[in-house]
Amino acid sequence: MAELSKSNEPADATPNVSEVETVDAATESEAVAAIEAPVERGEPILQVRNLVKHFPLTQGILFKKQIGAVKAVDGVSFDLHQGETLGIVGESGCGKSTVAKLLMTLETATAGEVFYKGQDITKLSGRALKAVRRNIQMVFQDPYTSLNPRMTVGDIIGEPFDIHPEVAPKGDRRRKVQELLDVVGLNPEYINRYPHQFSGGQRQRIGIARGLALNPEIIICDEPVSALDVSVQAQVINLMEKLQDEFNLSYIFIAHDLSIVRHISDRVGVMYLGAMAEIGTDTQIYDHPTHPYTQALLSAVPVPDPESREGRERIILTGDVPSPANPPSGCRFRTRCWKAQDRCAEEVPLLAIPERFVGKDTPAAHESACHFAEEKDVVHAA
Amino acid sequence: MTTIDKTSSVPAPRGSDDFGGPLLEVRDLHVEFHTRDGVAKAVNGVNYTVSAGETLAVLGESGSGKSVTAQAIMGILDMPPGRIPKGEIFFRGEDMLKMSADERRKIRGRKIAMIFQDALSSLNPVLSVGYQLGEMFRVHQGLSKKEAKAKAIELMDKVKIPAAKARVDDYPHQFSGGMRQRIMIAMALALEPDLIIADEPTTALDVTVQAQVMDLLAELQREYNMGLILITHDLGVVADVADKIAVMYAGRIVETAPVHELYKRPAHPYTKGLLDSIPRLDQKGQELYAIKGLPPNLTRIPSGCAFNPRCPMAQDICRTDIPALFPVTERDGGELPGRGSACHFWKETIHG
Amino acid sequence: MPDKTAEKVTTATGEPIPAAAVATDAGPAPAKARSLWSDAWHDLRRQPLFIISSVLILLLLVIAIWPGLFTSASPRQADLAKHYLQKPQWGHFFSPEWLGYDGQGRSIYARVIYGARASITVGVGVTLCVTVLGTFIGMIAGYFGGWIDSILSRVTDVFLGIPFLLGALVVLNTFEKRSVWVVILALAFLGWTQIARVARGAVITIKQADYVMAAKALGASTTRILFRHILPNALAPIIVVATIALGGYIAAEATLSFLGIGLTEPTISWGGDVSAGREQLRNAPFTLIVPSVMVSVTVLSFLMFGDAVRNALDPKLR
Repeated sequence: MAELSKSNEPADATPNVSEVETVDAATESEAVAAIEAPVERGEPILQVRNLVKHFPLTQGILFKKQIGAVKAVDGVSFDLHQGETLGIVGESGCGKSTVAKLLMTLETATAGEVFYKGQDITKLSGRALKAVRRNIQMVFQDPYTSLNPRMTVGDIIGEPFDIHPEVAPKGDRRRKVQELLDVVGLNPEYINRYPHQFSGGQRQRIGIARGLALNPEIIICDEPVSALDVSVQAQVINLMEKLQDEFNLSYIFIAHDLSIVRHISDRVGVMYLGAMAEIGTDTQIYDHPTHPYTQALLSAVPVPDPESREGRERIILTGDVPSPANPPSGCRFRTRCWKAQDRCAEEVPLLAIPERFVGKDTPAAHESACHFAEEKDVVHAA
Repeated sequence: MTTIDKTSSVPAPRGSDDFGGPLLEVRDLHVEFHTRDGVAKAVNGVNYTVSAGETLAVLGESGSGKSVTAQAIMGILDMPPGRIPKGEIFFRGEDMLKMSADERRKIRGRKIAMIFQDALSSLNPVLSVGYQLGEMFRVHQGLSKKEAKAKAIELMDKVKIPAAKARVDDYPHQFSGGMRQRIMIAMALALEPDLIIADEPTTALDVTVQAQVMDLLAELQREYNMGLILITHDLGVVADVADKIAVMYAGRIVETAPVHELYKRPAHPYTKGLLDSIPRLDQKGQELYAIKGLPPNLTRIPSGCAFNPRCPMAQDICRTDIPALFPVTERDGGELPGRGSACHFWKETIHG
Repeated sequence: MPDKTAEKVTTATGEPIPAAAVATDAGPAPAKARSLWSDAWHDLRRQPLFIISSVLILLLLVIAIWPGLFTSASPRQADLAKHYLQKPQWGHFFSPEWLGYDGQGRSIYARVIYGARASITVGVGVTLCVTVLGTFIGMIAGYFGGWIDSILSRVTDVFLGIPFLLGALVVLNTFEKRSVWVVILALAFLGWTQIARVARGAVITIKQADYVMAAKALGASTTRILFRHILPNALAPIIVVATIALGGYIAAEATLSFLGIGLTEPTISWGGDVSAGREQLRNAPFTLIVPSVMVSVTVLSFLMFGDAVRNALDPKLR
């Protein structure tokens, strides 16, 4: 996977977003046909453009009056290529989970588009939307709440087939469910057990099996291992990597654990307060970060090596993340940034390759939304 | 069994009540829970000591017994269903398990304080933080309302809550997660205890805030020369602040070591597996090493070494004999102070 | 497209799965499939409260269904020769004269036996109607939210504002003849609000659960989400409230019948008999006491049963 991103996209000029080739489907059948069409490996499969989600803040009981909005996601754009893993990192409240829900059409976008094979899925409905849902699946964070406690494992993993009966004929389903259990490393005889009889790691495997059932092309993983024990995390991560190769999946991997994201991702986007701060390949982001927030985030990660604790330079940010209902003007990070100047309060920095690095053959030349972007390796500076 | 305090030079205990030994000593502690599925043996013979000014990190996964041990020390175990069939917990030489409920209450909060993972549910939502902080002084020291409030502001300043004076009458939900955790720390510090038990104090916080809170905790510990028991599952946090580490698995301590030693040369296959299974920030790894299998069910702990079904080195002896915490030495027999490993094959593990 | 899944899964399983993946599943899960309901049943069986109350309820149900098994006497046969001053024959168990005769010379024992049917039917009937209606309304309000919720919640509040017994008095007064069905419908009309509120609250919590999200993400229909995911999980609190309320409805029916606006002749009801017994309170107290005791025992049984069910389904409340 890592190979792919390096060969197809030279590190110095990674265009994060490419031109969207939209498909104008006149009828529903045409839309479905476009959705079912295969995509070449490395080609964009999902293209997100200026995605916005504002949750209105209302007052009143019967007659609700809008008094403001929580700007959970405020103009996010990125591409996901077929076969790659795009990591999205950020702290709580940065909007990364809302992005996941928007991509799953579990929330309605306030503005912006999500193109899946050239179709804007935010505008789809009916048969076409159902086809999209079959192809984009999700693995949830909490294995204790993402499985219905009143259903057996067989019913949970088999439910996708009930909803999309065309995928598996009725008589075949039990066998299919058992195969899926086997694929995720669970005993197929557990088909009649209930979720509470399993440990966290086993439950997450059940959740992954459910996500695989419809043979999707994209799996959106929202903090899939953060509720698991360290020794079990590694098992699940390895399983997910194995499944990616086997089933030719593209992942969007959302997490707050930067080490795990680096391990699994080909490209990484860093979110702060509803916007993308920096995006690039894993090497560009981790070894050559140019956005101060990324640098602070990376330097704050506790390193499991006591030798580095004295020598390591740490950027400790002051204060808390501002409220997304009232984000700072200009650059959102300026209230906690040590580089902030007047310009940062007035001008919103665009997510683009910083001017000083444009055309240069350096890994620092990747998109970063900072007026004063400069490279600083905080991970290796011991 | 070896105890693990011999490495660090014990700083002079403060106060007049000098006591020669360690601040806290847990000896052969057992805790079990009676559940519908049988007796869950949560803690099976734990030994550790903490001295003033020292940080002991207790590292383990869920169900390892790390939190239950702490609850037993604090005397906040739910009994029943919990039970302590065996063991002693000495605080300054006195066995707390033999004390009356009244005597224990005097120690709790005043001498030993605890910080929990979830600050929001540990604070009372209907009382202002100033009132809750001041309560400690009113109840334990009999201060007046006004004096207590002044003390509360002082404490909030101490834990670096900005504009403490203005925010003293705010309620817990008006603070962010990091600020609430600071308030929890302030509450724990209020009566200047000798020992603080922090149970996953930063797990619920964001990375950037985590670093702030951990730094604050370490700074205050130095200032007050307190003992600190840091309970966590995060190998990164441990590496940053601990002096010595006790690794727990299935209710037992499987390895003890000074912090630098443990990361450099683990002497127990479980520790080794854990260290190998975490992805690193500074390099893109290959496939992660994964410890196979699952942590044991505490009602049916495997015979012999509890780790044997998951251990790559397991032999017949591991399935029959429970390994004691063997003292770990250099290849040539040279002493490695403070190191112990409950593995029959510790030599092979550490010396390859 | 449909075949793709089959093909891929087989290749996946056809090849040997890497050792790491297989080895991961060492954890032996418990031997038997155990649903939350079977857990609750396991809890229930151990509760003396449950055993006592269910034996009593079972007995009451048998009496209500086959009263003839317990007495040969007719509850309506009035024989003025057997006056109420004729004292009960305490030794003559289960005979018509066992508990004496009422003011009109009818066997009190027979009337008490035959009165069970009305009380139990009203209790169970009202509970069923209320549960179905309340769950439906609460589920719609809780799941859809927005203006639907606003309207349904206000309607609920309006009904909740009507004092239950006063409301029943007014409604029932409009009927000349009041059969069991009239009483059931009247009480259900006024009583669904409690269940609706409980159901709404439960549904609001459950609809945010990740497994509901997961079902939506799969493209599940609203009906499927409501009946497959939300209802089964909301059922526990609803059942608890319903069983406890059942005793209350029996008491309410007795109260109304006592006041003379509940069940009317020819229906035999304990409440009516208590009312009739008032007149002979001095001379023959048992005419009042016996049906009163029956009401109390029945209500108590259902309350105890409800408590036991609550303990089992919602251990947090203990």
